[in-house]
Amino acid sequence: MSQLAIWRSGSARVLPGFGLSMGISVLFISLVLLLPITGLFGQLAGLSFAEYWAIITEGRVVASYMVTIGAAAVAALVNAVFGLLLAWVLVRYEFPGKRLLDALMDLPFALPTAVAGITLATLYAGSGWMGSLLEPLGFQVAYTWVGIALAMAFTSIPFVVRTVQPVLEDLPAEVDEAAMSLGATDGVAFRRVIMPHLWPALVTGTGLAFVRSLGEFGAIIFIAGNMPYETEITALMIFVKLQEYDYAGASAIASVVLFVSLALLLAINIWQGRFVRRLHGGKG
Amino acid sequence: MRRIGDAPAVRRLLIGTALFLSALFLLLPLVAIFAQAFSQGVMVFWANVSNTFTLHAIGLTLVIALLTIPVCLVFGVALAWLVTRFSFPGRRILQTLIDIPFAVSPVVAGLIYLLLYGRNGWIGGWLDAYDIQLMFAWPGILMVTIFVTCPFVARELIPLMQAQGSREEEAAVTLGAGGWTTFWRVTLPNIRWALLYGIILTNARAVGEFGAVSVVAGAIRGKTNTLPLHLEQLYQDYNAVGAFASAALLALIALLTLAAKAGLEWRASRREAYL
Repeated sequence: MSQLAIWRSGSARVLPGFGLSMGISVLFISLVLLLPITGLFGQLAGLSFAEYWAIITEGRVVASYMVTIGAAAVAALVNAVFGLLLAWVLVRYEFPGKRLLDALMDLPFALPTAVAGITLATLYAGSGWMGSLLEPLGFQVAYTWVGIALAMAFTSIPFVVRTVQPVLEDLPAEVDEAAMSLGATDGVAFRRVIMPHLWPALVTGTGLAFVRSLGEFGAIIFIAGNMPYETEITALMIFVKLQEYDYAGASAIASVVLFVSLALLLAINIWQGRFVRRLHGGKG
Repeated sequence: MRRIGDAPAVRRLLIGTALFLSALFLLLPLVAIFAQAFSQGVMVFWANVSNTFTLHAIGLTLVIALLTIPVCLVFGVALAWLVTRFSFPGRRILQTLIDIPFAVSPVVAGLIYLLLYGRNGWIGGWLDAYDIQLMFAWPGILMVTIFVTCPFVARELIPLMQAQGSREEEAAVTLGAGGWTTFWRVTLPNIRWALLYGIILTNARAVGEFGAVSVVAGAIRGKTNTLPLHLEQLYQDYNAVGAFASAALLALIALLTLAAKAGLEWRASRREAYL
């Protein structure tokens, strides 16, 4: 209480509501976000380290890490290119349908993942609109890891577009005018002048897309086929353990997923913070 | 002055590629949802939407969304007020903590609630002694939905309230207005559109959440099925047309969300033009 008083006097605070808003926020974050995580640790405390290690390094589980990470990496890289293209087209050009295209970018965030899941599975199955075109050519998407990567790419594309777009918008016209007037070709000017401004945002957006893909569940399970060792993602592994009432096993695998995603989130935040500071330092 | 990528050929190639890929990967799935839902005619669609189980799923989904929104609203406004109007140690930590639901896999979110509030968990076990069951029932669905949706309102409000600063509120307070009067008369009019968009996003996620809900719901038909769980069950039962009828309802909510966003952005850009 005395510490609160010191913080308050420190900044000559006029506005009311510090206690109330602090109370609501701390209570909510503790009860809703932090307390449930203790349940996970409680469950894990019942396992010896050897048991824990055996669960998280079991062959089928390791195979699921490989499938998840591999497909998420492919999806993130595809989205880096596709997202950069979309952001560029939306910022730099005027064309009919631009507003619709812009609105369409948010569809994967607005559309429930289960809806995306059954739709992609139906489209790319052998009898679907896309599947019936692709399968005679020898490309099978549904029930393979390509389908998993496709579903991941679909749900995470807005991360790249919406992170790169504002940075590109803030880039003054003089930047590329200067490059062009000095005789650089489009390709060289883009690589040497535009990209250095964009890549921090591009890395952040791609990183967020990757984290999202690692945890995605609803959009993937319908198209994945869910064959153990082949097309089984880690989130589904957790789900399967739960259905077998193997709470310890589910918790052990979940702790790996939780640790990796929180570590990546922290890394992205630090990366972003460093980049923002460097930019401001450079200006001053 | 010529800018990068202004050559007509480059321009046409890039716009063409972007439109083609977006049509193929974003628009086509959207069209497919409605094409599948209506593939056996409007009457079949209507029969699928108006049967008892679907109506129950719609009802439960709406109740969950209606209960989630006020909770997220109070939390979002309180947190945004706290971190944009006061400076105190731990401010940045609070802002990082609210991103947790975005990073955590929905299945893991469902699991941690199940472990704590399930019959074997330390709170769930205690409640069980009083015959209160939260998991595999609607309170569990509500709890995980609040978990996954709680960042949206705060995330919309914080950047806006930071940019607006607190000068107007300080003026009101200095002139003798009380805290609540200041909030209702000064703050709220300034943030109402961002608040509305935050609510729309919260609603979209609340009606559509699948992974976390499927862990805690138990999926009892006509009892603990939300619309996304209902469509999964239909799809697994090889009733694709029925599944897509529910999917079409959810896609409609998604489209309304996109339209609302476009509308609010258009409004904001027009106001900027005036200033």
